[in-house]
Amino acid sequence: MNGTIEAPTIEYALLAPMLVVFGAAIVGVLVEAFAPRYLRSAIHLPLTLLSLAGAFALAVWQALKGVPTKPAAMGAVAVDGPALFIWGTILVLAFVSVLLIKDEEHFVGSAAALPGSAEEEQSLVERAAHTEVYPLLLFAVGGMLLFPAANDLLVAFVALEVMSLPLYLLCGLARRRRLLSQEAAVKYFLLGAFSSAFFLYGTALLYGYAGSVDLAKINLALGSVGGQDTLLYIGAAMLGVGLLFKIGAAPFQAWKPDVYQGSPTPITALMASGTLVAAFGALLRVFWVGLGGLDWDWRPVFYGVAILTMVVGAILAITQTDIKRMLAYSSIAHGGFLLVGVIATGSAAQNTAALSGLLFYLVAYGFTTVGAFAVVTMVRDAGGEAWHLSRWAGLGKRSPLLAGTFAFFLLAFAGIPLTSGFFGKYAVFQAAVSGGALPLVIVGVVASAVAAFFYVRVIVLMFFSDPAADGPSVVLPSRGTAAVVGIAALATVVLGVFPQPLLDLAHSAAQSLFVR
Amino acid sequence: MELYVPILVLAVLAAGFAVFSVGIAPFTGPKRWNRAKLDAYECGIEPTPQPVGGGRFPLKYMITAMLFIVFDIEIIFLYPWAVAFDRLGVFGLVEMVLFIVTVLVAYAYVWRRRGLDWD
Repeated sequence: MNGTIEAPTIEYALLAPMLVVFGAAIVGVLVEAFAPRYLRSAIHLPLTLLSLAGAFALAVWQALKGVPTKPAAMGAVAVDGPALFIWGTILVLAFVSVLLIKDEEHFVGSAAALPGSAEEEQSLVERAAHTEVYPLLLFAVGGMLLFPAANDLLVAFVALEVMSLPLYLLCGLARRRRLLSQEAAVKYFLLGAFSSAFFLYGTALLYGYAGSVDLAKINLALGSVGGQDTLLYIGAAMLGVGLLFKIGAAPFQAWKPDVYQGSPTPITALMASGTLVAAFGALLRVFWVGLGGLDWDWRPVFYGVAILTMVVGAILAITQTDIKRMLAYSSIAHGGFLLVGVIATGSAAQNTAALSGLLFYLVAYGFTTVGAFAVVTMVRDAGGEAWHLSRWAGLGKRSPLLAGTFAFFLLAFAGIPLTSGFFGKYAVFQAAVSGGALPLVIVGVVASAVAAFFYVRVIVLMFFSDPAADGPSVVLPSRGTAAVVGIAALATVVLGVFPQPLLDLAHSAAQSLFVR
Repeated sequence: MELYVPILVLAVLAAGFAVFSVGIAPFTGPKRWNRAKLDAYECGIEPTPQPVGGGRFPLKYMITAMLFIVFDIEIIFLYPWAVAFDRLGVFGLVEMVLFIVTVLVAYAYVWRRRGLDWD
């Protein structure tokens, strides 16, 4: 019983961006506990924004200082080029989402009060507010940062939970249409818990196969362990289910429309951008690093999943009559386009091309989707945001600027040239063609064309139909919302006209690929 | 095969104990029948007749249960550390303090937001 246990080495400097976010979240909880109610949001907002900006600065500093070539914290976390790029993306998208979240009118005053009850009236009179939104958001963002950097399946599972649990709560906090919001939270929680269990079971089976949860060691075991194929294949499939659920790939897409619709719109914006980026980062790391030697087995599966996701997303979006559900199906279809890049593996140069295309696509799509949901928050009628598409008829005649911006975002989703969406799709599809997945790219282009139909239909509806007499009004945006729409539109234009700097950045981030 | 004999013995013992306990109880236990005793589940919530919409039930229990879990988890980490703290050295001490501080933050939140008041 003698002898000391060696203390693990932890590179705190490398993990600093995450530590800043988590630290700010804990301070945020203390603010909730000790600051008087009227001061809370005045403290939370600068704290949240500063910590996200600080974490971004630390990530940039790390990238400038040199990208580490081996995993940190005893192999548990890999802060490599792609991870730093994804961190930067998530932090910027979260920062923009916070500007949208700061309008407290989106959130319920007292979530525990039954909808329509006397307690709810009371909370309105008292102007109660759940300022816990900010620390919850920071915890979720911290989880999003850890998830794509996790180099170890157990760390990945913890990150998945840290990311998801606050989001389950945030989904249920919408101020209006509260039953829908609570339904969304319960659905997301139950299905999310189920998918996390899949992930954990897959981890256990792969541990049984490889004797380690470390991704690099699992990959090493692929070549040396024989006769345990059942554990390997079932474990890999279960990990895939857990990760594909978070992306919302078919056939695990069913939660997405309901959750995106019911959640407060700023939270939907965060989920559609940040969560998607984090989940793709984790999916890439697990399948390219951990199961890289098994790619002949998982590629056909992803091939099918990608086709199914693109087709389901694009076709079901056509039948939607609700703007948020339509954007949710559009997000599913985009998940499918991104999956095309996941299977475009091959030589190192090929992997770099696919990875840099994916990274660019994630940035481009993230900004556009945050902007689109920001516009959705501004189109309102008596019952809150006007979601039904018929209510959007003639919007272009009432407020041409807003409708024009939204039309621009939709064109970017469709991938029209001179928008960021075009170069995103181009980069991913080009990598897929050179990776030998031509049929998949053909399906992708056809699905894009189908998707373009329903994007253009909304544009036609906004500009070429007569506005309803009692149509929704467009509220004057708060400074935060206006800034979000402005930043998103700017990013969509700039990345569409001068994509080269970001393409180069993505390429240099992808150059080193994932460390092992 | 002999490796499994102790497991088999344990299973037989466990099953035997369960059957014995349930079997002997009706003969030896005191019998004080009243309405609460005869309720299904015997947990304080009346199963029938149910109020419309499921009714309201106090959430106080939930907060207590959640607090219990928070401290339960803390103990799970404290025990192994207490057994091996000398071998874990300063690093273990610092990590443990950090961990307890985060639990303390959660506790402070519950305390300040009146989660500990019963009424």
